[in-house]
Amino acid sequence: MTETEQHDYDVLVIGAGGAGLRAAIEARERGLRTAIVCKSLFGKAHTVMAEGGCAAAMGNVNENDSWQVHFRDTMRGGKFLNSWRMAELHAKEAPDRVWELETYGALFDRTKDGRISQRHFGGHTYPRLAHVGDRTGLELLRTMQQRIVSLQQDDYAETGDYEARLRVFAECTVTELLTDPSTGSGQAGAIAGAFGYWRESGRHVVFSAPAVVLATGGIGKSFQVTSNSWEYTGDGHALALRAGANLIDMEFVQFHPTGMVWPPSVKGILVTEGVRGDGGVLKNSDGKRFMFDYIPDVFKGQYAQTEDEADRWYEDQENNRRTPDLLPRDEVARAINTEVKEGRGSPHGGVYLDIASRMPAEEIRRRLPSMYHQFKELADVDITAEPMEVGPTCHYVMGGIEVDPDTGQSRVPGLFAAGECAGGMHGSNRLGGNSLSDLLVFGRRAGLGAADYVVGLERRPAVREADVEVAAAMTLAPFDAHPAAAGGENPYTLHAELQRVMNDLVGIIRTESEMISALDRLGELRARLHDVVVEGHRQYNPGWHLALDLRNMLMVSEAVASSALLRTESRGGHTREDHPGLDPRWRHRVLVTHCVRAGADGGVVVPRIAVEPAERAPMRADLLALFDLTELEKYYTAPELAGHLDRVEAQHTEGGTA
Amino acid sequence: MSYRGRFRVWRGDADGGALADFQVEVNEGEVVLDVLHRLQATQTPDLAVRWNCKAGKCGSCSAEINGRPRLLCMTRMSVFERDEVVTVTPMRSFPVIRDLVTDVSFNYSKAREIPSFTPPPGLAPGEYRMGQVDVERSQEFRKCIECFLCQDTCHVVRDHEENKRSFAGPRFLMRIAELEMHPLDVADRVQAAQDEHGLGLCNITKCCTDVCPEGIHITDNALIPMKERVADRRYDPLVWLGRTISRRRS
Repeated sequence: MTETEQHDYDVLVIGAGGAGLRAAIEARERGLRTAIVCKSLFGKAHTVMAEGGCAAAMGNVNENDSWQVHFRDTMRGGKFLNSWRMAELHAKEAPDRVWELETYGALFDRTKDGRISQRHFGGHTYPRLAHVGDRTGLELLRTMQQRIVSLQQDDYAETGDYEARLRVFAECTVTELLTDPSTGSGQAGAIAGAFGYWRESGRHVVFSAPAVVLATGGIGKSFQVTSNSWEYTGDGHALALRAGANLIDMEFVQFHPTGMVWPPSVKGILVTEGVRGDGGVLKNSDGKRFMFDYIPDVFKGQYAQTEDEADRWYEDQENNRRTPDLLPRDEVARAINTEVKEGRGSPHGGVYLDIASRMPAEEIRRRLPSMYHQFKELADVDITAEPMEVGPTCHYVMGGIEVDPDTGQSRVPGLFAAGECAGGMHGSNRLGGNSLSDLLVFGRRAGLGAADYVVGLERRPAVREADVEVAAAMTLAPFDAHPAAAGGENPYTLHAELQRVMNDLVGIIRTESEMISALDRLGELRARLHDVVVEGHRQYNPGWHLALDLRNMLMVSEAVASSALLRTESRGGHTREDHPGLDPRWRHRVLVTHCVRAGADGGVVVPRIAVEPAERAPMRADLLALFDLTELEKYYTAPELAGHLDRVEAQHTEGGTA
Repeated sequence: MSYRGRFRVWRGDADGGALADFQVEVNEGEVVLDVLHRLQATQTPDLAVRWNCKAGKCGSCSAEINGRPRLLCMTRMSVFERDEVVTVTPMRSFPVIRDLVTDVSFNYSKAREIPSFTPPPGLAPGEYRMGQVDVERSQEFRKCIECFLCQDTCHVVRDHEENKRSFAGPRFLMRIAELEMHPLDVADRVQAAQDEHGLGLCNITKCCTDVCPEGIHITDNALIPMKERVADRRYDPLVWLGRTISRRRS
């Protein structure tokens, strides 16, 4: 047997989207030898798809904005399930992270006085999103990519080697994390490295690293209609589970209200919320602006009741309330779903998004160039002349790896996570624009956390040869002919079936019976995955890559379906037709997913998971005091609010007069 | 609405390969990448093709369709006649890895050779002030999705392997222009563009502009203005005098 390629680093970052790159920059700037491993080419990650902007309370457009307002908006958007500490850090640090990007060379759109311009978005009280037209994600990713090149140039000047301290392993997929049971406190032990393969050659590679930062993004490729790229197979979620970490909130999956619905081949591709932020409105087949009928009780009073007021708001936000077209995404997605179901949809099963009648063609092309381009090229629709047809598309998973808010560390020593694959920040529903800021704030924090952890280590955990052999055998299993199943299972077929199950049974509206049926079907797929067979050889073989990704997709899909079955209420990105209301008794409970058989195990392709409820940490009193008692009472149980300042004062006053 | 489309797809690796013929279902509204995915799912599970976003935003699925450099995800089947054979080949200017996947590392090496953004000393984060009209020039170039189709089509390196060492290609000459036009950048890359990155090899045939899926005016807005800046330096007597004096002093 030939020797497996080996590399040694201090910090290994898995994923080269925004969170991964920001983590790598931080770890490298702290002087640690850092590697980035990514499934695609460098600079292609899904972050480029983010369109609308990056939320940060800089107050450039409306100076009333502050971290407190951003914090409140985020908690409301997440229906008070968010990790309040993460929401606090995020709101406080986002402006610094955005300004930092300018020092790397980013060029955001400007205000008249030359500062970073900010745009309106759903759920944000003030115009808050730093943006570059409708290609903000590309600007963020390219900026950080170029920052990494710049750091490599510094290393080249010093050492003559661009990759002396920071190297990108592109088109390389990690299939297993490696741990050292003799170190760390947990059962599996501390992180020792990772195992993977080069997509180009199919050869194996082993990374030794005491700290691993997972920044692998989301899980959308388990759903049929999604805005996510092929990379979004829940790798980080599944790797973390198998290494002994927990996932939380996996029932919360965001369906973006506006994806393309026609033609079929582009179904699901994102239509930015910026269309609505800049004045676009949703209409049904009767031409009615239906969102006015869907303002939920918890948001009553915060949104305009009439079209006139809503239209005035774009010009004068002090004296008018915002349009309900900009309600948080879960509300808008459900509203569209209802309109279509009740027969008021567009010909291709969506609703209309109209910006053509709202502003001059030239203005639309200037503000939304990629949307203009996308509809023109892919659907033959001129958005400056006719309305778009849009409908919900699986977009983002709020659930993810349970981490310490300040450092990004999971319960496995040395295992960190940031960005979409980490859980907690967004609660039950993420606000648009909070994802790009999330990956900057927590990417940096995870990089910093990993650096501090490595510096503080007394002994580096060691990779065990036996683990490497098990991981290697697991990747090669699909090439073995299975005598039991003549011909074996085709990975593309299994993938298509998985996507249908998740779309049809664990989609935007859920019921108990569908969830049970989904889990049955996932169980069958789990069994069939044992018999998956791939053709060809190991060199750049997409069928093989998919067969390996399916392990992760199945594990994560089971986590989503199992969590969704347990949570008997509707909240944010989890809507139960059989439990339609928000239930305060569920607010403080978190559903935690763990792997029943942690660690690499040669006999099990997809290890079993279990989901159990736990309690959320109560919000710190000073943060709770940022909300009015009347608002909190919509979400909280009475005993939880006993300590709220208003209530304490009220009791005090009552006591005084009695 | 669906029909059997006729495809010729290059299959092979660094050691060689050939065009293979396929007949495959094509449906209304599909793009070439959809059809290649159907090929993978039904006939050739190991057909290698790079792709990510399928929305023209990541620049991964670059290839040549009927000889023209294009994104597979942004080429609609409706642009072809139903009985037309659609030929898909890998980008010709880069070494083949397998099937439609090429080794584009040339571009990543060139990216490292361009001196990075250099802010003015002492300007703190949050203090950057720039006018919209001033950032727009560089913003146009930052729309680039790094599909490398301009690099693929550029005749300076297409079929001229020997020029690769001394030529950064349109994408990275445009990157120099982007940094030079950045309102706050203080570094000077003008002379290096000519001497080290091969700006002089470009004879503005606009092939790069023609194939750019983002519609960036690479030649008119980046390359020609850079050439003008080089020319200004070289032939402006005052600049010449200044340079000569400073060279003598050092």
